[in-house]
Amino acid sequence: MSTADRTHEPDHDHHDEGSYLTPKYGAMGTVWDWMTTVDHKKIGVMYLFAVLFMFFLGGVAALAVRLELLEPVRVAADGAITGQLFAPAGAESINTGNQIYNRLFTLHGAIMVFMFIVPSVPASLGNFFLPLMLGAKDVAFPRLNLFSWYIYVSGSIFGILSIVLGGVDTGWTFYTPYSTTTDADHWRVLLMVLAAFVLGFSSILTGLNFIVTTHKLRAPGMGWFDMPLFIWAIYATSIIQVLATPVIGITLLLLIFERLFKVGIFDPGLGGDPVLYQHFFWFYSHPVVYVMILPGMGIISELLSVHSRKQIFGYRAIAFSSLGIAAVSFIVWGHHMFTAMGELASAIFSALTFLVAIPTAIKVFNWITTLYKGSIAINTPMLYALSFLFLFSIGGLTGLPLGALATDLHLHDSYFVVAHFHYVMMGGTVIAFIGGIHHWWPKMFGRMYNEKAGMLGCVLVFIGFNLTFMTQFFLGTQGMPRRYASYVDEFQFLHTLSTYGSWLILAGFLVHLFNFIHSLVAGPKAPPNPWGGLTLEWETESPPIEHNFHHEVLVQHGPYDFDTVVPPHCDERDFPLPPQDQPPASH
Amino acid sequence: MATIDANKPDLPAAGAKSHPLYWKNRGFAHHFRNADEQFDACKLGMWLFLTTEVLLFAGIFCAYAIFRMLYPDAWAAGSHHLDWRFGGLNTIVLLFSSWTVASGVRAAQMGNNAALIRNLVITLICAGLFVFIKLYFEYIPKLSAGKAPGTFFSYPYAHDPHEPLWWSVYYIGTGIHALHVLIGAGLLSWVLVRAIRYEAYGPTEYTMVETSALYWHLVDLVWIFLFPLLYLIH
Repeated sequence: MSTADRTHEPDHDHHDEGSYLTPKYGAMGTVWDWMTTVDHKKIGVMYLFAVLFMFFLGGVAALAVRLELLEPVRVAADGAITGQLFAPAGAESINTGNQIYNRLFTLHGAIMVFMFIVPSVPASLGNFFLPLMLGAKDVAFPRLNLFSWYIYVSGSIFGILSIVLGGVDTGWTFYTPYSTTTDADHWRVLLMVLAAFVLGFSSILTGLNFIVTTHKLRAPGMGWFDMPLFIWAIYATSIIQVLATPVIGITLLLLIFERLFKVGIFDPGLGGDPVLYQHFFWFYSHPVVYVMILPGMGIISELLSVHSRKQIFGYRAIAFSSLGIAAVSFIVWGHHMFTAMGELASAIFSALTFLVAIPTAIKVFNWITTLYKGSIAINTPMLYALSFLFLFSIGGLTGLPLGALATDLHLHDSYFVVAHFHYVMMGGTVIAFIGGIHHWWPKMFGRMYNEKAGMLGCVLVFIGFNLTFMTQFFLGTQGMPRRYASYVDEFQFLHTLSTYGSWLILAGFLVHLFNFIHSLVAGPKAPPNPWGGLTLEWETESPPIEHNFHHEVLVQHGPYDFDTVVPPHCDERDFPLPPQDQPPASH
Repeated sequence: MATIDANKPDLPAAGAKSHPLYWKNRGFAHHFRNADEQFDACKLGMWLFLTTEVLLFAGIFCAYAIFRMLYPDAWAAGSHHLDWRFGGLNTIVLLFSSWTVASGVRAAQMGNNAALIRNLVITLICAGLFVFIKLYFEYIPKLSAGKAPGTFFSYPYAHDPHEPLWWSVYYIGTGIHALHVLIGAGLLSWVLVRAIRYEAYGPTEYTMVETSALYWHLVDLVWIFLFPLLYLIH
């Protein structure tokens, strides 16, 4: 790809550097250049493609799960079996089919959690934009950054190897004692656990790198409260990654020892405590759902503000609520084990769980208030941001009946739970991620995407998502348990609708995929600042030059001062300032 | 390829040390504004990493506490098999090595390369001594007596059915700690080689000495908790 649109060319005082994407060597040399690069932008792009590939794999497993559930498994009077997707007809086939189903939903969960959604936003968009938004030339430890990418790839290879060897059926949580006894004659469970263990290191190192970068490499003039809210979100995420991931590290290591040497720590047959595993596991895995959602929230803060040309409402409230969520995340893990604890502990964890609603609601209210009287642009990033507000609010609010003991007794392990966390994880994080990719696509690759196709994809995903998962709320309240390959006939209508919805989601993502490919091949060149953004990444070219900025950046305005600042590289006619005769409304 | 190209000070006049790793020749990576900022960043990074190490061991300590509560008799019986004198000796060895490694940092700051090398060598000897005592006087005799973790346990005179679990926790805790001793010794050996070959550390360039020493102190600190829990409390 060549350099940016020359009509908005930044001045070149020092030296004329090419875009970071410009190949400087031959074909093999370029590949080698990318494989050994310490440039955070290239590493971010490599992460982006890696996590999207994992998203594809996990998505295929999800579609297969939904396809199996299109019809219930029925055994006719003559023994004929219908509605079973994964097994040949025959007497044993119900069990075989169920086993394949168990492997598929485990793969879906394990891939989506460990290989896609945990690294998704921080490692790709975070890696690319954290230094740019801070006005830095790179992350604090560039080689460590590359190293963490290789750890991620190694971990993913272990995971894929486990799938190729037949996959695991433990559920993504690897609960003991099942995970220590199943497939005892084979090492694929070991491989999958090892994959999650290794991926943890990648996560820790990325988080560590981002914390140090945020502390030490902010541009001159950028105080903590001049940082974009995306950075605050990534910073809070990184704290959780650094503090929670080591615990899953030791847990999975003990699980590996348990399988290899029968050390007996989690195996009740040897005097161990399986609930201890659950405590350890959720001490990591609950905070980590905020690793998944916080960066998405950061993206939404950027998208809503830029595309409605409004100063973000309640900057400090949003920034501190990120830290608040990170802090609360460590004291709520018990709500995954209400049935395994005493009444008092359950009540305390239930009460603590409700605390999460406070900083979360603060964010949602501030985002909505940001939109008020904004000049809202209807484009793909904005549509995704609005989808996020809608879907995430449903996801968040349906978490409350799950946190309350009385209702959770009926709803736990049902499709209500499945729908709830998909509304948060997919309706929240994935929606924000795709919105963020569209928002920053011109900056990352120097090309515009087709706006109409992007919006079409967004609408398809939005409708498909609600069709897939809204139905599951009803299924859950009616008693449909999670992780079953079949169901009673009464549930068929809702299950069928849900499966149709999953096809719509697929269609939406395919539209995005072709849109992105088309953009890379034939998209119009992107100007340095197509959206009129004020954060620092818009001050450099699209795509950025190799050392990010032509000059050392000096921060002269806040990231959201749309009332008073003409965006860099932009014409005032495109992004007019509000009339200044009346003072802007104070916040 | 984007490199971490360094902002290098002018090389000293001919005749002085000319290797790029000689401490006076060291610059700092281009994405930092100055060498101090780079040093601070590295130190902060190391402290964060040590936090993760503490949390890693926290899992083992937590398992220790839970099972001690569940099976106090097995824990009492198990810890009676440990000889506090070897544990105590190893504690002294590690504490002493923490002192020498701290002196090594001081020596690097003062530009006293000979003292740095001397202190690193003593530290490494202590690391070797620790592993030797652990293996030769503790692991090997115990394993050969059947006091092994989990399924390998075959000690015929066990008082409590849950003693194998005690040994699991003992070997996992001390084993992961010993692994950290070896990693720390590896880091310090790297520092030592660079100190001997290039005189790589001096008043303006001692990041690696400092961060490796921090890691070594953590190894010491974890042992300070493991020793009383395993050897002294019955």
